[in-house]
Amino acid sequence: MSARPRLLEADHLVMEFGARGVMREKQTVQAVSGVSFYIDEGETLALVGESGCGKSTVGRLALRLLEPTGGSVRFEGTDLGSLSPSELRAIRRKMQIIFQDPYASLDPRMKVYSIIAEPLVTHRVYGAKRETEARVRELMSRVGLGPEQIDRYPHQFSGGQRQRIGIARALALNPKLVVCDEPVSALDVSIQAQILNLLSDLQEELGLTYLFISHDLGVVRHISDRICVMFLGRLCETGPTEDIFRTPLHPYTKFLLEAVPKPDPHLRKEKKALLAGEMPSPVNPPPGCRFHTRCPESGDICAQVTPEMRSFGARQAACHFIR
Amino acid sequence: MSDMNAEETGSAGAGAGEGGTTAGLLAEMLRNSRLAAFSLAVIIFIIAASFAAPLYMPYDPNKPSLSERFAPPSASHWAGCDDLGRDQFTRLVYGARISIMIGLVPTSLSIILGTALGLVSGFAGGRTDFFIMRLADVVLAFPSLLLAMVVSYTLGGGVTSIFAALAFVGWAATARVIRAQTMSLKEKEFVESARSVGVRESVIMLRHILPNCIPNIIVLFTLNIPEAILNESALSFLGVGASPPSASWGLMVYRYKTYLMSYPWLAAAPGAAILIFVLAFNFLGDGVRDTLDPYMKD
Repeated sequence: MSARPRLLEADHLVMEFGARGVMREKQTVQAVSGVSFYIDEGETLALVGESGCGKSTVGRLALRLLEPTGGSVRFEGTDLGSLSPSELRAIRRKMQIIFQDPYASLDPRMKVYSIIAEPLVTHRVYGAKRETEARVRELMSRVGLGPEQIDRYPHQFSGGQRQRIGIARALALNPKLVVCDEPVSALDVSIQAQILNLLSDLQEELGLTYLFISHDLGVVRHISDRICVMFLGRLCETGPTEDIFRTPLHPYTKFLLEAVPKPDPHLRKEKKALLAGEMPSPVNPPPGCRFHTRCPESGDICAQVTPEMRSFGARQAACHFIR
Repeated sequence: MSDMNAEETGSAGAGAGEGGTTAGLLAEMLRNSRLAAFSLAVIIFIIAASFAAPLYMPYDPNKPSLSERFAPPSASHWAGCDDLGRDQFTRLVYGARISIMIGLVPTSLSIILGTALGLVSGFAGGRTDFFIMRLADVVLAFPSLLLAMVVSYTLGGGVTSIFAALAFVGWAATARVIRAQTMSLKEKEFVESARSVGVRESVIMLRHILPNCIPNIIVLFTLNIPEAILNESALSFLGVGASPPSASWGLMVYRYKTYLMSYPWLAAAPGAAILIFVLAFNFLGDGVRDTLDPYMKD
């Protein structure tokens, strides 16, 4: 795996949003606080965590759709922060995103043709409209859409079909990296499998690299090579998928795995260990380890010292108590 | 916003409508809505009739005839005669020219101006937004008629200055509405999607935001037309609009409202004309809006 060239490297990304309440002082939401990771060419890195932990923000930072408060992203060795707006637009050919909500991510006033052709037109890939149309038809058939659907509007499609349109659009420019921001969580379970299979077929065929953002570990297990587990703006644990599923190190990862529903009732335990308390607010995160307020294994040190990422074989985890 | 690329906007931007052509759009609308088609016919008929009036009208609209003062409607004078004995129907037909122009030209100007400023204001945000909105506040702070009078006087009166005055007064409300719509649209994921593909900000504004504002623009347009016609009548009444003896519908309503009790047909005829014209535009606007709406195409 180390033979593959590094495609993307994120270094200590920080993202703070200003949140101003009525009649209150200005507050900052610390969505992402020092997240570092890398993705090698051709692999799938999954970013998992619960709602509001900042994983979608990390995905947008990786593509520089958001400008980070701190830290940097290098794509093929180029620091995205050093690029001018026009250079950034040019490099977007190589990195695309598939959005979570297929109902909000397609312009309701555009036909399928215009939606899929927009990247091609923007980067002037083809001189003649005939060539653009041929490419759009090719993409449509590749993602499983019929040629007669080219003149329809997005609202005439089902959720799964809309997601296929979004995938075709993301693939139009032959990107290297595709950020999949919860691409199946808005879909029915039966459709989820179809879309996931399509994504892995496409990866094999086109040599794509995925940053796969999800809260569903069941989905992640099938598609990813490595996993990053995120809690409240920080990474808890990263490592190869199978290692993490077999022996989770970080207490939070253990709870996440525990929470995955088991299809076979005989395998279900009598009682599930549940997390106590409420999710801390990113406006006012707890000091030290951010998980300590809910962690059953926490000690005094957890509230005072922020745990650094430490290596354990192929894995890294941020917890004071891992031996 | 100077770096926008017209060609780029045009090619993929014409998403709505039948193949994007105006003719295709029109054909589609006429097929879909009989009411809109009928309204369009009425509007075309009124405009053609008024501009061709000298060719077929037997009377001079401005020539008084004292023997026929306040003549009631009859076979020779369809809508009767006014206080100076001029044929009311003739004046109605001739007056349509000014009223229709007043209804369409300044409204179009103010909609174009308001849409452009509202789009930029809502999309750019920050200082640009602050500046444009305070300008709109200033315009809205004055009674519109008073402001229109000032502008019209300053420009020297006459029809052209009324166009300018009404456009100047009208843009602010449009800009407010379009700004609000733009601000909500620019947070949508499809805008982020366009950005992720590498589309320029100015192109996003014209290709994604503007088309999604079309229903609002059409509604504003149909609402503003009657207002402009009535404002023109008020301005004429105050002496800064169309000046007598030339006729306009608004001026006629104002002038003959004095005789409402004794000779009601005098004010009723131009009133009915305004009503028919405005209704026709509303129905047409509905038709256009439905035709442009992708959700209607199931």
